[in-house]
Amino acid sequence: MSTEHLPFPGLRSGVEGVPTQDEAQNAKEYTSDQEVRWCPGCGDYAVLKAVQGFLPQLGLRRENIVFVSGIGCSSRFPYYLDTFGMHSIHGRAPSIATGIATAREDLSVWVVTGDGDALSIGGNHLIHALRRNVNMTILLFNNRIYGLTKGQYSPTSEAGKVTKSTPMGSVDHPFNPVSLALGAEATFVARTIDSDRKHLTAVLSAAAAHRGTSLVEIYQNCPIFNDGAFDAIKDNDTKADAIIGLVHGEPITFGAGTRGLIRDSRTGGVKVVETAEVAADALLVHDARNPDPSQAFAISRLTEMGYLDRTPIGIFREVARPTYDDQARAQVATAREAAPEPAADRLAALIGGGDTWTVV
Amino acid sequence: MSKQVKQLDRVIIRFAGDSGDGMQLTGDRFTSESAVFGNDLMTLPNFPAEIRAPQGTIPGVSSFQVHFADHDILTAGDAPDVLVAMNPAALKANLADLPKGATIIVDTHDFTARNLTKAGYDANPLDLLGDANDPLGEFQVQPVDLTGMTVAAVAEFGLSRKDAARAKNMFALGLLSWMYGRPTEGTTAFLTKRFAKVPAIRDANITAFRAGWNFGETTEAFAVSYEIKPAPQQPGVYRNISGNLALAYGLVAAGVQSGLPVFLGTYPITPASDILHELSKHKAFGVTTFQAEDEIAGVGAAIGASFAGSLGVTSTSGPGIALKSEAIGLAVMTELPLLVVNVQRGGPSTGLPTKTEQADLLQAMFGRNGEAPVPIVAPQSPGDCFAAALEAARIAITYRTPVMLLSDGYLANGSEPWAIPDVADLPLIDPGFATEHNHTSADGTTEFWPYLRDEETLARPWAVPGTAGLENRIGGLEKGDGHGNISYDPANHDLMVRTRQAKIDRIADSLPPLQVDDPSGPPGEGRAKVCVLGWGSTYGPIGAGVRRVRRAGFHVAQVHLRHLNPFPKDLGEILGRYDKVLVPEMNLGQLSMLVRARYLVDAIGYNHVRGLPLKAAELAEAIGALVAEAEGVEVDLSTPTQEAPR
Repeated sequence: MSTEHLPFPGLRSGVEGVPTQDEAQNAKEYTSDQEVRWCPGCGDYAVLKAVQGFLPQLGLRRENIVFVSGIGCSSRFPYYLDTFGMHSIHGRAPSIATGIATAREDLSVWVVTGDGDALSIGGNHLIHALRRNVNMTILLFNNRIYGLTKGQYSPTSEAGKVTKSTPMGSVDHPFNPVSLALGAEATFVARTIDSDRKHLTAVLSAAAAHRGTSLVEIYQNCPIFNDGAFDAIKDNDTKADAIIGLVHGEPITFGAGTRGLIRDSRTGGVKVVETAEVAADALLVHDARNPDPSQAFAISRLTEMGYLDRTPIGIFREVARPTYDDQARAQVATAREAAPEPAADRLAALIGGGDTWTVV
Repeated sequence: MSKQVKQLDRVIIRFAGDSGDGMQLTGDRFTSESAVFGNDLMTLPNFPAEIRAPQGTIPGVSSFQVHFADHDILTAGDAPDVLVAMNPAALKANLADLPKGATIIVDTHDFTARNLTKAGYDANPLDLLGDANDPLGEFQVQPVDLTGMTVAAVAEFGLSRKDAARAKNMFALGLLSWMYGRPTEGTTAFLTKRFAKVPAIRDANITAFRAGWNFGETTEAFAVSYEIKPAPQQPGVYRNISGNLALAYGLVAAGVQSGLPVFLGTYPITPASDILHELSKHKAFGVTTFQAEDEIAGVGAAIGASFAGSLGVTSTSGPGIALKSEAIGLAVMTELPLLVVNVQRGGPSTGLPTKTEQADLLQAMFGRNGEAPVPIVAPQSPGDCFAAALEAARIAITYRTPVMLLSDGYLANGSEPWAIPDVADLPLIDPGFATEHNHTSADGTTEFWPYLRDEETLARPWAVPGTAGLENRIGGLEKGDGHGNISYDPANHDLMVRTRQAKIDRIADSLPPLQVDDPSGPPGEGRAKVCVLGWGSTYGPIGAGVRRVRRAGFHVAQVHLRHLNPFPKDLGEILGRYDKVLVPEMNLGQLSMLVRARYLVDAIGYNHVRGLPLKAAELAEAIGALVAEAEGVEVDLSTPTQEAPR
């Protein structure tokens, strides 16, 4: 067995290679003629509006954008966007998107998925997409409940949760999607909130610009089966204390600057301190571009056991690594360049190769 | 002294040894020499699922059977005329397959007490040769110290004893090459190239090969060599080819002939992995291979690639199809081209990974939720895998549908001479991508409807992302007729279910008439009362069985199906011409069940699931018994008549 040294394709934008359009576009052009059928008050509406408002800003040709989804409430998303789209099967959207993104450099590929779709039935495909770093953006709508099947706990529901299928409380330990993605060495990992359109749009913009798999966890409220799941980070009385904003290059503080994060030498993780009690330069400065994901992982662990009283929001990690699809296409391109035309002649040489004999 | 040379019309040789003895390579080389010499041939490799099964044991035995002849043959042969046994386990495992009088060449070196015990022998059978209770008394046994002579012959190269002994398979090959007058240049060239980086090993193998040849020529133990003249073949350029290689070439050809990039999304599985290995070498043809995290991701990526305008292909075996079923249903619903290659193996569950079977027909036919018809195409011989792959691609692309291509382990690893087709004669496949709006609304505006169908084929448009004005959303939910938006309307669902079925049924319009092999008279007027109907790799054994029956002077017809879904339009009428229909299959009667249900024909099954091809002689007896019943005559196959065709 041997290994080949693979060429590094250089730093490129996530939408490089996708045809652009000069004329200004608007949200209406990205809105399909289909009636939106989510429940009233669903957080998905806000995300749909934000995406319809954001896509025109990308300046890409609409026909070169593809949205792929799996199964679940959020997976109806592609029907409401006037781009190319596929509403596929449960959990498999990342694999279908991998095929699309690898086959075509000129497409901007998006996956819309939920906590059940991405982390339960499709967990395998998610981690492998992240590991490979296929150029796509995954929007993971996390409402921490199964909505479409009417209210069972999900792999992000907090332990002890009482649902239709867990009347005495769930004994499942939840996933932290950001920790999971960082563990899979995802190159872009972010978390945002459905109701914060400004933050959501900024994160989407960075995710689209990132070349590779971008995972964006969107906390999204389900008003029917899990209403109030995110009250801690939405309630005006508590959110300043609960949300820990992450900005690359800035010291990590929250609670109107009264608290911050420092390294915890005892655990190797991070811990919350009163900013007044430590020297200013002791505060942890957020470094999303650190090739080592350890610190980002430590920060993600603040959301312990799925309880949201300390919730980092923002871009945890944003690093460059060659993408699977770029490299796969480069190998094909290299082989093609070396091959003479026409292909029919090469086909004849291929099938006529090996030991042959002629009968006259 | 020149030795006697006897003429033979055909020979079946089985090389058998421990998994590490290089029997597959030995068989491959003997096959290549025979192919280049011009014999017709068929091969049957047989090896354990374990990579390194315990050395010297029965489960560790690997074998390679080659049948070569001076005439057109159809199978790898029922019973070997010659067995080369490299150790006691190889002898014991294969003895039951030998007919009386068969020749056995054994490597005496490996008949040690330890190896005999491992193989389950209480006493060394070679010690009893010629005795009254000789267990090998029915056979002509040639005990030869293959290993000892090999080690002596390669002593000059300074190899370890272990490395020196490993060349014994080339000694055996040299001996057999002498016995059957095989050309040797190909093997010498092969060894030179294969071991170019290790000259000592290269030279040892070539020397052992020559020493084996010379041993045959000089020893008095082998008094006779044999000549099997080249078989008359249609003019053309030939090569020897295995089914998996031919299938991979067929997929490359499908890409060239359609102008589409081929995208293989797959997960390694025996016996299909070689398709991935081969296609991964052909990036210059625009072939992308994606080794996915699992079977489901393999087919998922292939569907994604098809959606994006590639020819999506996924390759697997039965257990993989089970995992891919939901995704294949998605391709049925979204009506995207997709090739699903199933190299069938023994089942259920993990079953017999390295053995052949054709028990996935009903899985291919019905193994999905809902009414989800999928066309099925099956190759009939190793070389035919090429044409079958092209045909499957034609159907997938033309009709916008997943197509199941049912190969099997015997076709995949077996090989035969293949007349290399002229690329100019291969069919062109038009992807016919949608480029513009296809529907005008009442208000006069035009738009694109993704489920508006071609009137002839009922295929929907293939609208590839990047095509302006054709933006549309497809998916697994039921589509409204024409516009393709989600529809839960009862009448629409009924219409769409029937339309998807009708589209598959229409494929039959594009199929040529079935070829009926019935020399007993013109269609409908022949004397044959029995028809043998088969599909897939049973073509060889059925054809050989039918020939035996005809050679004995009896009448029988043969029909072999390439298309299992839809059936060719004339199949029902053809079966109706005969009083009895026999359906030999390596399953418990799956095609039988389908033709019974479809045509109300009293199909009679002939079924074996032994992990091996059907035996032509046994099958001939079954055909003969049915002929006897149908015609009210005595059938004796043991006395061939001359007037009947061979």
